[in-house]
Amino acid sequence: MANVDYRRAAGYFLLTDFIKGFRLGLKYFFSPKATLNYPHEKGPLSPRFRGEHALRRYPNGEERCIACKLCEAICPAQAITIDAEPREDGSRRTTRYDIDMTKCIYCGFCQEACPVDAIVEGPNFEFSTETREELFYDKDKLLANGERWEAEIARNLEMDAPYR
Amino acid sequence: MADFFTTTTLGMGLLIVGQVLLIVVPLLVALAFLMYADRKIWAAVQMRRGPNVVGVFGLMQSFADFLKYIVKEVIFPAGADRVVFLLAPMVSLVMALIAWAVIPFNDGWVLSNINVAILYVMAVSSLEVYGVIMGGWASNSKYPFLGSLRSAAQMISYEVSIGLIIIGIIISTGSMNFSDIVGAQEGRYGLFSWYWLPHFPMLFLFLISALAETNRPPFDLPEAESELVAGYQVEYSSTPFLLFMIGELVAVVLMCAMTTLLFFGGWLSPIPGLPDGILWMIGKMLFVFFIFSMVKAITPRYRYDQLMRIGWKVFLPMSLVWVVLVAFLAKFEAFGGAYARWAIGG
Repeated sequence: MANVDYRRAAGYFLLTDFIKGFRLGLKYFFSPKATLNYPHEKGPLSPRFRGEHALRRYPNGEERCIACKLCEAICPAQAITIDAEPREDGSRRTTRYDIDMTKCIYCGFCQEACPVDAIVEGPNFEFSTETREELFYDKDKLLANGERWEAEIARNLEMDAPYR
Repeated sequence: MADFFTTTTLGMGLLIVGQVLLIVVPLLVALAFLMYADRKIWAAVQMRRGPNVVGVFGLMQSFADFLKYIVKEVIFPAGADRVVFLLAPMVSLVMALIAWAVIPFNDGWVLSNINVAILYVMAVSSLEVYGVIMGGWASNSKYPFLGSLRSAAQMISYEVSIGLIIIGIIISTGSMNFSDIVGAQEGRYGLFSWYWLPHFPMLFLFLISALAETNRPPFDLPEAESELVAGYQVEYSSTPFLLFMIGELVAVVLMCAMTTLLFFGGWLSPIPGLPDGILWMIGKMLFVFFIFSMVKAITPRYRYDQLMRIGWKVFLPMSLVWVVLVAFLAKFEAFGGAYARWAIGG
């Protein structure tokens, strides 16, 4: 009985911890919610965000990709497969440009390696599919992505340009 | 017409069935929204939104959950005792529901106005533990069994202190009838005439014991998900699981009603002059439920030995001393007879 901490004992029996916790709980109860209503509300994305891949074209409609295969070489997940042949006009172009999106780790090395800004990772991250096969992207799909997201991609590249 | 319901056997039977439905149906519908409120309050404290997709503000969430539960497949674990396995959730739900027979909602609005109402509630809520034990045992699995053992020990420990707290109230009132207990709390001072003031320390003991008795956090050790997965409910799925869940929540609401009747004057109006009525009863129950939900959100879980220590070494001595104290205060009519509302012995 000699060393009773009366202060602590009183706090214990008067439920001070509980009352403090209750006040804190009420404070957060009335504070604004941190949750975003996801499909309706979305958080901001950085211009450097690495999402779904896209192959871009020049403004005159010519594809940018020159089949240098630097992206294929640097890809750490070996997700990119490229076949190339000279076109009728003699320029080197891809006949096949596949990305296996199930292998891709979204490291962004392909767009870093690309000398002509042809392959880029766009701002889209909502491209889930119901089958695995739909995630094996071919050249048509990537070019279509490029057309669909060109405005956002160009804007992001421009915003990020001063830091490159 | 009135004769038919008061004199013939068939009429009396129909009347009772009608009254039972009048209690059970609103109770279960209210339960769906209380479940929703519980989740919303929990979410709000954690700065989340909580369910907000099904219906306006997510109000229909519980009904969506209900549908999901009943269309799922019932899985029987290999080696489970099928009869007991199915009986357990039913026992749990039925025991929780039949306690409502003696709970009055307004002056005279009670299904069965018996004189040993509190004893009846205590007896029925003690039987509730059988549902848990049967469920844990019949699952033929280790975690459910451990969970059910914990639950049984916990419920029994805290029933002792709840019983002693209630004895204090009974001494003050001189009756075990809920209507009489509420009647004894009527006074000139409105909410200051209720039992929460003279029995102040016991109010908190009762609330905490009620949390432990109904396996609510911070005393949700039987279903401590970090240790026992989900306690006695591990092997349950689909409708049997739903029955367990409803039974648990009915027990929680029953504890809200008990707190309201014993300490907050039931349907009495807190301000002298305002009319009494069922709305006060419901409002007070909601208030107590809010406290329960907040406690769930703000407290970490107790360790098992801490739980047992509080139950046997703190609550039991405190409530025992209080019973003796109240007996003296009532006998000598201290504080203007605040502890002896009606003459001792009824």
